[in-house]
Amino acid sequence: MKLDNIYQEEKKSNFAKVSEIIITMASRPSGFIGLSILIFHVILAFISPYIAPYDFKAINPTLMLQAPSAEYWFGTDDLGRDVFTRTILGGRTALTITFFGSLIALLWGGLLGIFCGLVGGKTDDIVMRIVDAFLSIPWILAMLLIVSLLGTSTEVLIPALGFFYGKGIVRVARAATHDVIAKDFIVSARARGHSNFSIIWFEIIPNVRDAILVEGAMRWSWMLLGFSSLSFLGFGVSPPTPDWGLMISNARGLMSFAYWSVIAPIVGLSSLIIGINLTADAFAKALGIDRSTKAPV
Amino acid sequence: MLFLIIKRILLGLITLFIVSLITFVGTEILPGDACTTYLERQAFGEQLEACYRRLGLNVPAYERYVSWAANAIQGDFGYSLSGEMPIKEVLGPRIKNSLVLASAAIFIGIPIALILGIVTALWRDKLPDVAISTVTIFAMTIPEFISATLLILIIAIWLEWLPGIVIVPTDVSFLELLPNIILPVIAIAMIMTAHMARMVRSSVIQVMASEYVQMAILKGVPYWKMVFKHVLPNALLPAINVVALTIAWLLGGVVVTEVVFNYPGLGRLVIESISNRDLPTVQALAIILASIYVSINLLADLMTLMLNPRLKTLQIRK
Repeated sequence: MKLDNIYQEEKKSNFAKVSEIIITMASRPSGFIGLSILIFHVILAFISPYIAPYDFKAINPTLMLQAPSAEYWFGTDDLGRDVFTRTILGGRTALTITFFGSLIALLWGGLLGIFCGLVGGKTDDIVMRIVDAFLSIPWILAMLLIVSLLGTSTEVLIPALGFFYGKGIVRVARAATHDVIAKDFIVSARARGHSNFSIIWFEIIPNVRDAILVEGAMRWSWMLLGFSSLSFLGFGVSPPTPDWGLMISNARGLMSFAYWSVIAPIVGLSSLIIGINLTADAFAKALGIDRSTKAPV
Repeated sequence: MLFLIIKRILLGLITLFIVSLITFVGTEILPGDACTTYLERQAFGEQLEACYRRLGLNVPAYERYVSWAANAIQGDFGYSLSGEMPIKEVLGPRIKNSLVLASAAIFIGIPIALILGIVTALWRDKLPDVAISTVTIFAMTIPEFISATLLILIIAIWLEWLPGIVIVPTDVSFLELLPNIILPVIAIAMIMTAHMARMVRSSVIQVMASEYVQMAILKGVPYWKMVFKHVLPNALLPAINVVALTIAWLLGGVVVTEVVFNYPGLGRLVIESISNRDLPTVQALAIILASIYVSINLLADLMTLMLNPRLKTLQIRK
């Protein structure tokens, strides 16, 4: 009974911690703006299929390149499709793919980094050389190659993005582990004869979690940027799917007389990326981690 | 000191060796080889055999790697598949064009970034800082293809001041190229400047908070003398690494901007060679871009070492 109480108290305090962090994030103007934009986009991504006024793939030659009107709020594109419908649906794919991509990046990058930091020695040297080598190949070249040879399905995109954005996390996790590893409680855990696994799980992860989470949040916005660049170049999701990068690249050629079909997806994508960025920044500040001196890798 | 430099160079070479292995193995294990993609439907029997023999694909992979690597070190990357041209000749003008673009962006970007970074740091949390920081956040986070598209829409289409896309042959003289590159340079310099300005800002703020600067203030050193003599030399040192990373990014990573503006540089070659499944060119590009990245980082590390006496002794003690 008593143990049960302790357990519940801990649960509660965890929940309190999370809500405290969110309140701290929202108390700064930039954090508040970022969180609101992000929440708006996430809600929109969930409800957009139900509120979209038209069919996103309904081609109508009689309605080509209509200017914005009461009927078609953002006008229509070169195939007569409603731009408003396609814009509010356009974030769904990008958000889903990059969210799961970031999770994968966080998992493999974080765990490998912690492992290398803890073990050190030859293993660490070899792994870090390989990570360095991957870092020096432009990610876009490698991504394009994979996508052009294996296709652009979600099953290819998520792990590929997760892999290429995770290698930067390896370095961060390793550095964070190095900071922790010299502390007394690790030494005493070793003296107690704990295994590497138990040290990682109970001693290191609770201490490096914040740094890795912040890095992951930042990677999410970079990955979104990378993913939309891929779609823009024609290597992302395939055409009938509404996607902002794809919409911008299609509408770009016609923007001298139909600028509305390019403005709407631009506003959608820019606001989401800025929203995630501001949120990640506020998250870092709320946890007391200074990212400002880090170079963008 | 000498030992450190040699160690750094060796590490860079090892990294490049691994890069060459990764690109070779990577293009090898992915489904479809140069011949099957090149011949498409006719990829069987006699023709396939002939193609394999012509490209030397009939020998074991490790032998091919050795001969490829040996040639690549001498600057010979073989022939591109689509153009039947030596890759060396394809790359030459592209590298030149990318260099022009990158140096123009650096030339404009670095001074502006320094000024913006220092101004925002010295007037921290005041109006100039808030205004400039907001703009830099926008410039930094918005994807390149969006800022480039907006630039074309506003400056080339609505105001009609400059040509929107670059329509020049690959090997054009510098003066003819100049009016065409203004918009791409602005697009690239914007992102680059924003990154560097933020870096300089936080670095200056850190130094301003340090004890020796506090001491100088207490001693009554005039404000601007203190800024220029004590703060800036120390604050700008870590910025070298960021500048290096930015230059490396400029030379290889501006794929999207080059595509938007139709600029014939290395970035567009990446897209072209991948669309054409021109694997020999892709391999050459990967190894060249990686060498640029590694050598620029190496240079930056060495420069930081040379310029910072403290770091020198620290490293040797280790």
